[in-house]
Amino acid sequence: MANYALQQIINALSAGSLYALMAVGLALIFSILRLINFAHGDLMMVAAYVAAFALFAGLPLPAAIVTMLVATVVIGLLMERIAYRPIRGAPDVAMLLTSFAVGQILQNGTLLISRLAKQPTQIAFPAPDLLNGVVSLGALTISKVNLASFVSGIVLLSLLTVFVTRTRLGLAMHAAAEDLGAAQLMGIRVNRVVASAFAIAAALATVAGFLYASQAGQINPYLGFSPVLKAFIAAVIGGFGSISGAVIGGYALAFLEIIPTALSGIADILPPGSVSPGVHDLLATLLPSGLASYRDAFVFLFLILMLLFRPNGILGGRAREETP
Amino acid sequence: MTPRRLVTGPLAGILILIVGLAALDASGLAFWQGLVINLAIYIVLVVSLNLASGFTGVFSLGHIGFMALGAYISAILTLPLREKGEYLADLPTWLAGVHLDQMVGPIPIGWLAATLMAGCLVALLALGVGAVLMRLSGHFVAVATLGFLVMVRVILFNADGFTRGSRTFTNVTPYTNLWWAWACAVLTVYVVWRLKRSPYGRAMFAQRRDRWAAQSIGISVLRPRLLAFVISAFFTAIAGSLYAHFITSFSPTVFYFDLTFRVITMLVIGGLGSVSGSVIGAGVVLAVAEGLRRVEDATLLYGLSGILLAAFFIVVIIRRPGGIMGQREISFGNLVARFRRVPVSGPGEPPGAA
Repeated sequence: MANYALQQIINALSAGSLYALMAVGLALIFSILRLINFAHGDLMMVAAYVAAFALFAGLPLPAAIVTMLVATVVIGLLMERIAYRPIRGAPDVAMLLTSFAVGQILQNGTLLISRLAKQPTQIAFPAPDLLNGVVSLGALTISKVNLASFVSGIVLLSLLTVFVTRTRLGLAMHAAAEDLGAAQLMGIRVNRVVASAFAIAAALATVAGFLYASQAGQINPYLGFSPVLKAFIAAVIGGFGSISGAVIGGYALAFLEIIPTALSGIADILPPGSVSPGVHDLLATLLPSGLASYRDAFVFLFLILMLLFRPNGILGGRAREETP
Repeated sequence: MTPRRLVTGPLAGILILIVGLAALDASGLAFWQGLVINLAIYIVLVVSLNLASGFTGVFSLGHIGFMALGAYISAILTLPLREKGEYLADLPTWLAGVHLDQMVGPIPIGWLAATLMAGCLVALLALGVGAVLMRLSGHFVAVATLGFLVMVRVILFNADGFTRGSRTFTNVTPYTNLWWAWACAVLTVYVVWRLKRSPYGRAMFAQRRDRWAAQSIGISVLRPRLLAFVISAFFTAIAGSLYAHFITSFSPTVFYFDLTFRVITMLVIGGLGSVSGSVIGAGVVLAVAEGLRRVEDATLLYGLSGILLAAFFIVVIIRRPGGIMGQREISFGNLVARFRRVPVSGPGEPPGAA
């Protein structure tokens, strides 16, 4: 029982690191532009595809990783320049819809290219040996991917924190997030700041995409949709727009997600005789073993409750954001 | 504008529509008939989404969830007893005996009742969902409604006993034809059109333009939004029923983001707030998508149509955020006036941004 709980916590920590990596990318861009960049998940997908194709082409792992980083960052910058810059300052929903369209272009572009390369829609991701297998710690087993997610999450998020608090560019980002127009008047090159935010977000998406694909084993052009929704929820939990909030939100979401999994069928796991038959039956009715498959519905219900009651996140106040 | 002209325009339009449909019906061109039925279903979807989103400014990404529920409810209610025993053996007893497959002459009265029930049930659900979500604004409501879409999908996948889960729901009776589909489309357009010019519609636009100004003269923000959301959910569910009984076999995967994005593309390209714009948007996007699909099939460049449609969508949002029509409407009076080179007065509101 204790091992079971510990194992769930470890899973949550590694999933939480991935969510945090993605949510920070969303929050970084949101804080400056008020844009929810739904194409962020598709950037992850693109990163995974570039890595897969680079490895298929026989490149060594470090070269493949560099290729993946460069390609994804370039695509991230291109989408900012072509699609998002012209509508900067447009109504929220127009920007959101544009990001959906950008996502569609990335998905269909990947589909087109993989067809041209004579690849099937769904391909097996050639995860490096480094990330295959498990590490044993006593009775616990941790898959190496999970360990890598956790470690890279901590490292990258620490680096990012240092960057935004200690460097000129980071401070410029802060200023731009506070007030884009005023920052521009103060002589901050806003376009450069926005572009670097997109570059950083794309780099984070690259790492998350690589780890996500290694974990999933299979990749297809549509894999970005579900993670970006999760990242969005994580960002909302943390209070949209703040980086530390997004990190907290990522881990909070991961722990939230294991609740239905952990509770479903709890009546069957409990040792016989530990609870009275009445309680056992009640638990079995309230928390049937099928509950886990409703996990996503449960998580979104939580999102809606958050938006209603704590729209500024678990750290923020209660005032609701009202846009006319 | 004289009342007489107000009637002659739409009447002429309906007459032309009836002649066109009769000709198509008689022609026996199955492909074109299918496409035109599809167009009618898209018109219902886009016009009703326009009511919920374009009129009120509260963007819903969850409407396809209402469509899915409408499709499943009507399909389950109309399934004949024999098929029900075979495909949905796990239905609870109160539902297992229901089979709304009665016909009165050529009229599938059972299906019409089932469709109406689906619409009402979904509208009731929308009342509950909307009472909560319509309090949110901007992109937060968009994402919360997207959450609703995900929840509907998860439930459809998991409620095996009702929906066969991820397996295809087959043997739905094909009731939808050109006439029923277009009757629903015309009805939806008529209701939403009338609503736009009614005090209720004016309230929807008023709180969209300036909620504080609207509130200061006693127009509530929540009530017009909720009204729009519920009526729109009703028609969206009817579109779902039309779709279910047209395509006759489907699974929860159809009712997801791709369809949502397609309908939104039609809405935005047509113009948020314009009923005739929605009809035009549905027609234009469906025609372009169909044409591109043929190019894709011929060149084997799958994905091309998705890229071009999305790029077109971005260009429209950047260059012409009001879409083709903005909030204006095509009306017979306007056409006559334009013909006579008389300046046309708009509905009083400039085309707003998306």
